[in-house]
Amino acid sequence: MPDTTLPSPQGRAGATDGDRNVALTPDGFEDVMIRLDSVSKVYPGSTEPAVAELNLGVPRGEILVLVGPSGCGKSTTLRLINRMIEPTSGRIYFDGEDVTDVNPDHLRRQIGYVIQQIGLFPHLTIAENIGTVPKMLGWKKDVIAARVDELLHTMGLEPGEYRHRYPRELSGGQAQRVGVARALGADPDVLLMDEPFGAIDPITRDRLQNEFLRLQADLRKTIVFVTHDIDEAIKMGDRIAILREQSQIAQFDTPERILAHQVDDFVDDFIGSGSTLKGLNFERVSGLNLGGYPVVRHDVGHRVAQNVLADSSQRWLLVLDGQERPARWVNEAHLDRTDRSLLAVGHVVRAKVERNATLHDTLETMLGSSTGCAVVVDAQGRFEGVVEIEALTGVIARLRTEAKAHYEVYAADGTG
Amino acid sequence: MDFVSSRWGDVLSNSADHAILVVSVVMAATVFAVLLGIAVRGRQGPRALAIGVVGVGLTIPSLALFTLFIPIVGLGFAPAFLALFIYALLPILRNTVTGLEQVDPAVIESAKGMGMNRRQRLLQIQLPLAWPVIMAGVRVSALLTTGIAAIGVLVAGPGLGEFIKDGLRRLGLPNSMEAVWTGTVFIIVLALLFDLVLSLIQRITTSKGLR
Repeated sequence: MPDTTLPSPQGRAGATDGDRNVALTPDGFEDVMIRLDSVSKVYPGSTEPAVAELNLGVPRGEILVLVGPSGCGKSTTLRLINRMIEPTSGRIYFDGEDVTDVNPDHLRRQIGYVIQQIGLFPHLTIAENIGTVPKMLGWKKDVIAARVDELLHTMGLEPGEYRHRYPRELSGGQAQRVGVARALGADPDVLLMDEPFGAIDPITRDRLQNEFLRLQADLRKTIVFVTHDIDEAIKMGDRIAILREQSQIAQFDTPERILAHQVDDFVDDFIGSGSTLKGLNFERVSGLNLGGYPVVRHDVGHRVAQNVLADSSQRWLLVLDGQERPARWVNEAHLDRTDRSLLAVGHVVRAKVERNATLHDTLETMLGSSTGCAVVVDAQGRFEGVVEIEALTGVIARLRTEAKAHYEVYAADGTG
Repeated sequence: MDFVSSRWGDVLSNSADHAILVVSVVMAATVFAVLLGIAVRGRQGPRALAIGVVGVGLTIPSLALFTLFIPIVGLGFAPAFLALFIYALLPILRNTVTGLEQVDPAVIESAKGMGMNRRQRLLQIQLPLAWPVIMAGVRVSALLTTGIAAIGVLVAGPGLGEFIKDGLRRLGLPNSMEAVWTGTVFIIVLALLFDLVLSLIQRITTSKGLR
């Protein structure tokens, strides 16, 4: 369980406030696109700030997910970035430029904004919706039309069919795609997304998330993404900021490291059970050292097979067919049946994975296997190795140790 | 029927006068009430005050309201116009305020988030979305005004009220009821005609996305 005495990098650095670069960037990344500097928001008539002294950096070209329980101020924080809410104090920087006092309407035309309810303009066509910001920016008509078609195409909506439709003629998923297309209208560098897939059924949501990640792989926009769903945060985020009340950062890190090491009970509670399992989604078979496992070809004879099995510490022996493909699992008892071919005894090998499989899927495969092992094969189905449960526990232990060491090194740097 | 055909010239000119009065009143009231609605929308106090004051206007007995203006503007078109103008305001004002305030907050939020300023949000988003509701108010006002305009003859105003007044004055004499009926029927015809025209205008000026 996480070491609760270890201070979170953000919390500690926020307190000292001296070394800002370190404070904002646990990994020391320099290329920060959006920076909030001691930003606070106190609503009129309230004594408690909704957001208190927040320092936050968003690396260029990455998705930063703000996640936390309801009321933690994550939406407020997002809306402070495009000044839908004006900060009470603090500075906001875009690409190094202080935008705290620029005209907010002009600022917002440079920033894509997607909200959960989408808010398409019902009286305008899809094309007019998507072309709203380009039109405000004074683009020429034909340029806007071309841009609209390009975006519809990117979103998987046939321009000829959807261009002249109205929002009420769209399904929820289509409307959300148009919402994203509209936010991308004038090709902004920055996108703010407030629970964009929150009101969509789980199957469509999953598809939209995947589509969006594929899109982002090409676009490399700087994105701040708000959700209350830790699984969505893990899936979408290059980095995750877990927020507690008043938008205080409890932990700021990559999903992998957050899953491997939670800095305190709050983060641990918020992530809930299953963080180890979820963490296995980020590791692949190709990263494993596939250890020696007793393997024989089907034509070696029972004698040899018996010896190979006896020399190993395993209970099962893997038999390969003529094309080097894993064929049968056999044990000592099976090998006593000397009258039958090695391909005719034991169990058929069903639990197979390829090298690019995630360890999560591999574990799933292993749990359904009679031997508790998964056999790794190449694209042609040829044997490459065997994954045993010890390999997975080894990876989990390594991830935890590394993540913990990362935070300890960080703490040592900070105090030294 | 004989009555109408023998006085066809009067029927036409009175109908035209009536129509001109109603159209000018409704147009003026629409401009005024929509602007007032825009000014007070979303603000509790001013909105309640505006609707309250305009509402009181509607409760003044029409006989009194028409005559109240005579000392100020004299007889004829002017007092009739002013009195009807006051009656026409409430439906349009109420619908303007309701229409503007019932625009989906998410739509306004996204418009703001895309960098539309207040003016752009009002002209490009809120008014077009509130338009069908505003037009519904205009249609109610047109119906109301067409009917009440008959009383305008009391202050020497123009219109189909002439026939009714004439019939009342000669009640019991030949053709008195025919005169009252002529005035009434043509007012109803005129009202239906206005409503038809306005519904066509509403259809043409409302986005297909809202139908």
